Amino acid sequence: MKVASEEELAEAVRAAQGPFEIVGGGTRPVGARQGLPLQVGITGIRLYEPGALTLVAGAGTTLTEIEAAVAAEGQRLPFEPARWGALLGTVGESTIGGVVAANVSGPRRVQAGACRDSLIGLRFVDGAGTVVKNGGRVMKNVTGYDLVKLLAGSWGTLGVISEVAFKLLPAAPAQVTVVLDIPAAAAPAALAVALGSPFDVSGAGWLPGVGAVIRIEGLAESVAYRAARLADLLAPHGARIERDGSAQIWADLAAVGPFQGRAGDIWRFSVKPSDAPGILARLGGEVVLDWGGGLIWALLPEGTDARALAAPYSGHATCLRGTAPAFEPEPAPLAALSRELRARFDPRGILNPGRMG
Amino acid sequence: MEMPIPSAAILARKAAIVARLRAVLPADAVIDTPEETRAYECDALSAYRCAPLAVVLPRSTAEVAAALKVCHAEGVPVVPRGAGTSLAGGSMPSADSVVLGLARMNAVLETDYPNRFIRVEAGRTNLSVTGAVESDGWFYAPDPSSQLACAIAGNIAMNSGGAHCLKYGVTTNNLLGVTLVTMAGEVLQIGGPWCDAGGLDLLGVICGSEGQLGVVTEATLRILPKPEGARPVLIGFDANEVAGACVADIIRAGVLPVAIEFMDRPCIRATEDFAHAGYPDCEALLIVEVEGSAAEIDEQLRLIRQIAERHSPVEFREAQSEDEARRIWLGRKSAFGAMGQINDYMCLDGTIPVSALPEVLRRIGALSAQFGLDVANVFHAGDGNMHPLILYNANTPGDLQRCEALGAEILKLCVEVGGCLTGEHGVGIEKRDLMEVQFAAPDLEAQMRVKDVFDPGWLLNPAKVFPLAVSAGRRAG
Repeated sequence: MKVASEEELAEAVRAAQGPFEIVGGGTRPVGARQGLPLQVGITGIRLYEPGALTLVAGAGTTLTEIEAAVAAEGQRLPFEPARWGALLGTVGESTIGGVVAANVSGPRRVQAGACRDSLIGLRFVDGAGTVVKNGGRVMKNVTGYDLVKLLAGSWGTLGVISEVAFKLLPAAPAQVTVVLDIPAAAAPAALAVALGSPFDVSGAGWLPGVGAVIRIEGLAESVAYRAARLADLLAPHGARIERDGSAQIWADLAAVGPFQGRAGDIWRFSVKPSDAPGILARLGGEVVLDWGGGLIWALLPEGTDARALAAPYSGHATCLRGTAPAFEPEPAPLAALSRELRARFDPRGILNPGRMG
Repeated sequence: MEMPIPSAAILARKAAIVARLRAVLPADAVIDTPEETRAYECDALSAYRCAPLAVVLPRSTAEVAAALKVCHAEGVPVVPRGAGTSLAGGSMPSADSVVLGLARMNAVLETDYPNRFIRVEAGRTNLSVTGAVESDGWFYAPDPSSQLACAIAGNIAMNSGGAHCLKYGVTTNNLLGVTLVTMAGEVLQIGGPWCDAGGLDLLGVICGSEGQLGVVTEATLRILPKPEGARPVLIGFDANEVAGACVADIIRAGVLPVAIEFMDRPCIRATEDFAHAGYPDCEALLIVEVEGSAAEIDEQLRLIRQIAERHSPVEFREAQSEDEARRIWLGRKSAFGAMGQINDYMCLDGTIPVSALPEVLRRIGALSAQFGLDVANVFHAGDGNMHPLILYNANTPGDLQRCEALGAEILKLCVEVGGCLTGEHGVGIEKRDLMEVQFAAPDLEAQMRVKDVFDPGWLLNPAKVFPLAVSAGRRAG
C-alpha cells in the first residue's frame, strides 16, 4: 500500500487490520520486518528559505531531490546523510523520512552533529491514526517536549513520519584531506589529536588501503592554513595532504565502499573512541572507522555473534546484515520505558512491531 | 498566575513527611522553616513566589533517590531546582511540594580529552564546566546569559541555548548522557561517551522536559577545543529592515559566524547610558563574531564587510584589540542590566523565522504603542531567537497585568509568523497557558504520554508546561 498524503496515511493507519511495515525508499532493511508494506509517498519540498537556513519536506521526498535543491543555493544538510543502498544491495532511492527514522548521519557527525541534531520539526501519524506535530521550522525551540529527537531513530515504531523540517548549513567551498599511513588500531589516537585541535575537523576516519583520513572544509585560505597546521601536528604519523581525491575519500567512507558487494555480516559499533583498538583486536575481520574511531564498521563471517566477540564494550552495536538481533538489547529499566512509550504511541502494536527488538 | 490548590492532606502531614525525609538524609540536607526556605520561594521569574513544604539539598545520587522514594511514597509533588535562574518559573514551588535542590552536587567526575567529554554532577554551574577544562584549551559550548550562576541540571531541563549556538548548537546537541533518578527513586544510566542511542533516543526527550520526567544528577557533556581566536564586529544601520536583510545575506553567503546579535534603538540607547560601550546612535546594530586564526578571521570579516557595505551601514567597527572586542560585547552583555536600571522588565523568548524579522519588529512596535508600554529588542538574529524586553513599573497597579497581556500578544505573533513561544528559556509557568496557541490537543496529548510513562503519578513539577485544564485529569489521577 502506498499513501500520497498525510490524510491518506492517517486513514490507512486508522483502518489497519494488522501490522504495517513502514517503508520509505526501502534502502535500510535493518531489523525484523513484518506486516503489510506501507510506503510513505508523501513527496515534495514544502518550504525552503535559504536566508533562514531552513527546509521543510514531505517524508517521502528523495534525499537526492533535497540535496540537489539545497546545493543549488550553496547549502547542505549538515549531517551528511549516508546512503546504504550499495552496501546492503538494495535498489530503491533513499527518502528523507527514512533517513530520519533511522537517524542516519555520515562522517560530518563529528563536527555538525547527528541527523537528529539538524532536525528541527516533524509531523507524524501515531498508531491510532492521529496526526501529531512537534518542533517547528525555527532552529531554536524549546516549547514543550522534544518529540523530534524521540521520533528520530525510532525506526517507525512510535509513529509514521509524514513531514520533516531541517536546519541547513552553508556548503563549504573547499576541502582537503590529511592522510596518515597508519593501521586501523593506531587511528583512534591519531584522530583524537586532530579532533582535539582547534582546526575544526569535519571528518575523521580510517579506510583500508588509504589509512587514517582527516577532513578540513571551509573557505579556501582557511582550509589551506588549517590543513598545513594539522599536517605539522601529525607529522610523526607521516601526514600528507590530499586535495583532488578528497571528496571521493569521504563519499567512499560514508557509503562504506570497501564492504560493497562483499559476502559476510555487516556490523556497526558506536563506542567510546579510545575503546576502539581493543574492540578491533577482539573482532578481527575487516573494518572501516568513522567518527574518530567512535564508529566501527565491521565485515565478519556469516553468523558471527559480534557482540559476544567484541565484549566488553560500552555503547551499542547494530547488525545491519546477518542473523544476530539487529539492535543492541537495552538494559531492563530502559527497555521497560521504551516498551511503555511504544504502547502509548502505538497501542495496537501495528507500526513496525518488533523492528527494534 | 493560576496554580493548583495545594493538597490540604499533604499540608496537614507536613511534620510526618519532613520527619521521613530527615530519616533518610543527613541532618543539614532537609530544611523546612519559613526563614530557611525563603530563598527557594521563587526563581528568576520573581514576580511569582510561594513557600514550599520543605527543601532537600542532597549531596549524592543515592540521596536524591532516597528523597524521591519518600516523596513518591507520600504522594508529594517534587520541584527539581538547579541554581534557580529560570526566567520561566521552571523551579517555582507550590505550597504542597518539596523542592529538590542540586546545588551541593557540583563535582567534576571525569575529564577525558581524547574522547572529548567531561562528566559532572548536575548542580555544577555552566561556566565552571568550561572553567574545569579551559586551562587545557577546551570549553563547553552552550553559553546562556546566566552562565555564571545557572546549573547544568537546569540547562538540561530547559535545553538552554546562548549567544553562540548558531555554530555550536544548544544543550541537547552537546549532551551525551545522564544519570536520571525517576520519581520512584530508580537510578537510570542513559547514553554515555559514544554517539547516538542504541534504542529509542530517551536522552533526546529528557533534555528539555523541564524536570518533569526525572531528576538529572550527573551529565556527560561534549567539550570542544577552543578556537585559536575570535573577533567581533559591530555594524550599525539606520533601519531594522536593513539590518535584518544584512543578517540573511551573511547567512546566505556561506560564512557562518559563531554569533549574530541584534539590538534596536531603544536597547542601544539604554545600554549606552548604562555601560558607555561607545555604540553609535542608530536604529539597529549587529554584533557579528567569527572565529579561527588571525588569517581566517580576516578572510571571514572581509566577506562580511563586503556584504554589509551593500546595505550602506552607518558604522562598521572591527575590534582591533582585546579591549575593543570587550567593548563591543559590553553593551550587549549588559543589556538586561541596563533595562533593569530604567524599569522593571519582562524578558520574552519567542523564536521567529529570520525572514519574518522586519515584519515582527514593525508589529511589536505597533503593539507597544497600543498597550502603552515600551519594548526594547535584543536578540540572537542568526537563529531568530528574539528577546523583546517589555518595560513596566511593578509599583503601578495594573502595569504587570498589562505587561503580561502585551507579552502574550507578542508571543502569539511569533507563532503566527511560523515561530514558537520559547527558544531557550522554557515554558515553565510563564508560557504554560499559551501552549494551545502553538499546539493542537493531539500535540499536547502526545507530549503528556511521555510524562505518563516516566512519572505515572504526575508528581514531578506537575503544574508546569501544560495548561492546567489540559493536565487536570492526569494530575488528579
